[in-house]
Amino acid sequence: MADLSCNLAGIHSPNPFWVASGPPANTAYQCHRAFEAGWGGLVWKTIGEPIVNVSSRYSSLDLYGNRMVGLNNIELISDRSIETNFREIKECKKRWPQRAIIASLMADTRENWHEMMQRSLDSGADGVELNFGCPHGMCERGMGSAVGQNPDVMEKIVGWVMEVAQIPVIVKLTPNVADITRPARAAKKGGANAISLINTINSITQVNLDTMCAEPSVGGRSAHGGYCGPAVKPIALNMVHSCAMDPEVGLPISGIGGISNWKDAAEFIALGSTSVQVCTAIMHYGFRIVEDMIDGLNDFLDAKGMKSVNDLRGLAVQSVQKWETLDLHYKRMARIDYDKCIGCNLCYIACEDGAHQAIAMVSPNGQGLGPGRLPGKSIPKIKEEACVGCNLCALVCPVEKCITMVDISTGLDPMSWEEYQVRLASGKMKAIPAHD
Amino acid sequence: MPLKAKTRRDAMQDIAPRYHPQEASVEAHRCLYCFDAPCIMACPTGIDIPGFIKKIATGNLVGSARVILESNILGASCARVCPTEVLCEGACVMLDRDEKPIKIGRLQRYATDAFGEQKANPFLKKMKPNGKKVALVGGGPASLGCAAELVRLGYQTTVFEKDMEPGGLNRYGIAYYKMPPEVVQREVKLIRDLGVEFRTQTEVGKDVPVEKLRKEYDAVFLGVGLGRTHRLGIPGEEKGGVVEALEFIRLIHTKPLHEISVGKRVAVIGCGNTAIDAVTQAKRLGAKEAIILYRRGEENMSAYPYEYQLAKKDGCGFIFHTAPVEVLGDKRVTGLRMIRTRTGKDGKAEIVPGSEFEEPFDMVIKALGQEKQTSIWKKLIPELKFDVAGRIECDRRTGQTSVAKVFSGGDAVNGGREVVNAVADGKKAAHGIHAMLSGKPVSGPLQASRLGHRDGAKGSGFLQPIRVPDLEAAYNRERNGKLHG
Ligand SMILES: Cc1cc2nc3c(=O)[nH]c(=O)nc-3n(C[C@H](O)[C@H](O)[C@H](O)COP(=O)(O)OP(=O)(O)OC[C@H]3O[C@@H](n4cnc5c(N)ncnc54)[C@H](O)[C@@H]3O)c2cc1C
Ligand SMILES: Cc1cc2nc3c(=O)[nH]c(=O)nc-3n(C[C@H](O)[C@H](O)[C@H](O)COP(=O)(O)O)c2cc1C
Ligand code: SF4
Ligand code: SF4
Ligand code: SF4
Repeated sequence: MADLSCNLAGIHSPNPFWVASGPPANTAYQCHRAFEAGWGGLVWKTIGEPIVNVSSRYSSLDLYGNRMVGLNNIELISDRSIETNFREIKECKKRWPQRAIIASLMADTRENWHEMMQRSLDSGADGVELNFGCPHGMCERGMGSAVGQNPDVMEKIVGWVMEVAQIPVIVKLTPNVADITRPARAAKKGGANAISLINTINSITQVNLDTMCAEPSVGGRSAHGGYCGPAVKPIALNMVHSCAMDPEVGLPISGIGGISNWKDAAEFIALGSTSVQVCTAIMHYGFRIVEDMIDGLNDFLDAKGMKSVNDLRGLAVQSVQKWETLDLHYKRMARIDYDKCIGCNLCYIACEDGAHQAIAMVSPNGQGLGPGRLPGKSIPKIKEEACVGCNLCALVCPVEKCITMVDISTGLDPMSWEEYQVRLASGKMKAIPAHD
Repeated sequence: MPLKAKTRRDAMQDIAPRYHPQEASVEAHRCLYCFDAPCIMACPTGIDIPGFIKKIATGNLVGSARVILESNILGASCARVCPTEVLCEGACVMLDRDEKPIKIGRLQRYATDAFGEQKANPFLKKMKPNGKKVALVGGGPASLGCAAELVRLGYQTTVFEKDMEPGGLNRYGIAYYKMPPEVVQREVKLIRDLGVEFRTQTEVGKDVPVEKLRKEYDAVFLGVGLGRTHRLGIPGEEKGGVVEALEFIRLIHTKPLHEISVGKRVAVIGCGNTAIDAVTQAKRLGAKEAIILYRRGEENMSAYPYEYQLAKKDGCGFIFHTAPVEVLGDKRVTGLRMIRTRTGKDGKAEIVPGSEFEEPFDMVIKALGQEKQTSIWKKLIPELKFDVAGRIECDRRTGQTSVAKVFSGGDAVNGGREVVNAVADGKKAAHGIHAMLSGKPVSGPLQASRLGHRDGAKGSGFLQPIRVPDLEAAYNRERNGKLHG
């Protein structure tokens, strides 16, 4: 049994799985249920001057029979009073001293930020998360992503908060920016103790073609929403990695975005997250999913001989580097296992029309029956001289491990684009000829 | 002419082979991960089905197997032999959407197989030894379920089995094409590794007196199952080539397949699940014709519909409304004299006078159901009470019999159901024994509904398993009642 406990900038929790600020973290009742199920921490639904929500709030992207691959919402921050929220945090903290409770805050003036910080401290919260990420509704009032998108303003506000901070401060980043490291650096400059990312991404999930209104429809009218759920995981991983790689950020990270199971969580941790937060997957299946997250991560760490989840943190960060540093002499090629091939020819058409025309369809005559159950089917065959090793055929092949990508030795020493440019300039080599 | 071993082995192979990883993943993702799922309620051992399926979906196979084994130590057997159509799969919500139910049994097999092969430690929860001892009579599913639960609750447990190996009918009685012996042997090893002691070839009442067990142990569990196959009660029954179904099936599990002799024209008498197992195995082992004789009609047979379908698909024959009256032949059977029957006014089968006829057979398999062990146990424990059908009487919640410190479960109590029912009975009795010896009342279900008992959530089937046909019948009754009323 590996040690799953984690410490994010002084916030301790028995495991790295936190409920993200959102509907599942709205009330003391839910907080109790979450902790009963095993969650290590919970970031309270963002507290601020109570707002008024609309009815009809979510819409989703469904894909090939799978429901809610992506979720979109036009909900605002907590619609409960500031007093109620802090009273409940206090109550929960009393009952669950070992779990982390983080108050998510949103305010406008310096005085109001100071007051919210004092209330958080009084409630016994283990830390606060500043919500500069809500992409809808709040920016119009000079809060949320309006702040998160403007590094200078953000740095100033973080500074206000740090003037009075006695518990760790996490800044939650909005992904709706061109370069995520800019707000991350601003958080650092402002003095924040950690960052969390990502909040939701601006989105419209679908248009109802009968009513010609986008979803979710509030009486025939819609609004830009925030996108989350499994579909956003690759975007979130990319942003988490960018922050983990940037020495000027250098802050502990709480990773968020599309995490549904232990594998997703392990990937966020491998890319530099200390804790991870989950919202949509809980909205889909309930708090119970944490049982397998704990169990699965534990078994995984055991299987890899890691004693603690900290051993996993950051292991994949250095694997992602600038494109210019990759080896131009590395070569791989597709190989088809004909015992597995079912003869669907998806690899052929993908390569023929969508890639590099490196798969041929050859007659099975004289070569046995051909793939699949029906005799006489033509055989997909890799044209080795034409295959650029792009992986597309292996990605489309519906049979597990039927197309594998194998390393091909070129006999050449590694050479990156950077080195190539140097050698070209110094006349040490001729340009690699362009393809016909 | 007997077939060669190779073709025989092919014929006797797994009818539901193991999933490939991709198949398992697709099927696991099809499960909706229902909350307070009906499939759990329909599993007598209350396995957290969505829980273990979710773990297959996330690639956590050891964790998945652990979820299964925590609730059902014979999870690997049950995955293969359970009549899932009337249990978990019959309750799957997919059926209400007119789609195929999730293949729970095959997913369960996938997880337990992968686990069994990895030889991983399941890390099943275990309490500290409490110094108390329990003796279990019989090594079948009921005792195994009970012993595994008791050993995890901290008891020292010893299983007394009169046969060569533990496992009971699960070892010697299940159709070979559902499960080869290795699966049971692997399970027994797992239970032994948990700390359960086995004394095989030790018959209680003969090699060890019952009094000794009652004196030396803090409690005794009777998981003795049923007895021999009922006799036909017709002339010629003792002739060569007339065998009991259980003996025939036992041979298949103990001898190499090519050494088993099967007739060319085989009659199987009876029409329950055992008869179906016997007739399909006779056919698969090379009988030219294998025919079921049944004194009532197709609609009265007690075999499950899909078992009947399997036998028909295998090319077995069925002669309904016919009863045997005499086994023909000198020393060996050469045929049967039979008589036609019809359904009488009282709904029972009655013979049609003058309708006798003869048919040639060179093997007759008797599959009339098993006798109870009532007379044996009446002698061994005179205070033990039985119901009118000869089943050991006990509290179905705790397994407690009419005799202090003696508990029971499985076929001996329910008159013959499934492996999974026997395991569930054993588990319940373990908790009954634990409650008695620790002075605490029996605690709630092992797999409580995740809502607790609030809000009408039913939770697991461990306390009150539902059977889908019963549910459907109740539903139809209600609906018809409404239609007419
Ligand atoms: C032909 C056949 C096919 C079946 N197929 C299926 C199926 O496909 N799926 C399914 O779920 N169920 C099936 N069953 C039912 C299932 O096998 C039983 O319900 C289950 O095995 C009952 O378990 P048990 O422990 O109560 O009894 P048993 O399995 O009968 O075990 C009792 C054990 O006690 C031992 N014993 C008895 N007396 C003594 C004594 N005095 N001392 C020591 N040991 C003793 C016996 O040797 C035996 O090993 C089948 C049954 C039969 C007969
Ligand atoms: C309905 C809804 C409401 C949310 N409300 C908040 C909020 O009040 N404060 C906040 O910081 N994030 C909020 N979020 C964003 C989540 O905390 C999280 O960053 C995002 O959903 C991505 O994670 P996921 O893919 O696990 O859902 C909300 C998300 C959803 C779906
Ligand atoms: S999920 Fe609950 S609150 Fe939302 S629409 Fe359905 S019933 Fe209403
Ligand atoms: S995509 Fe895969 S299965 Fe289909 S033809 Fe190509 S190699 Fe065969
Ligand atoms: S009822 Fe069917 S879909 Fe629902 S959890 Fe059980 S197996 Fe899955």
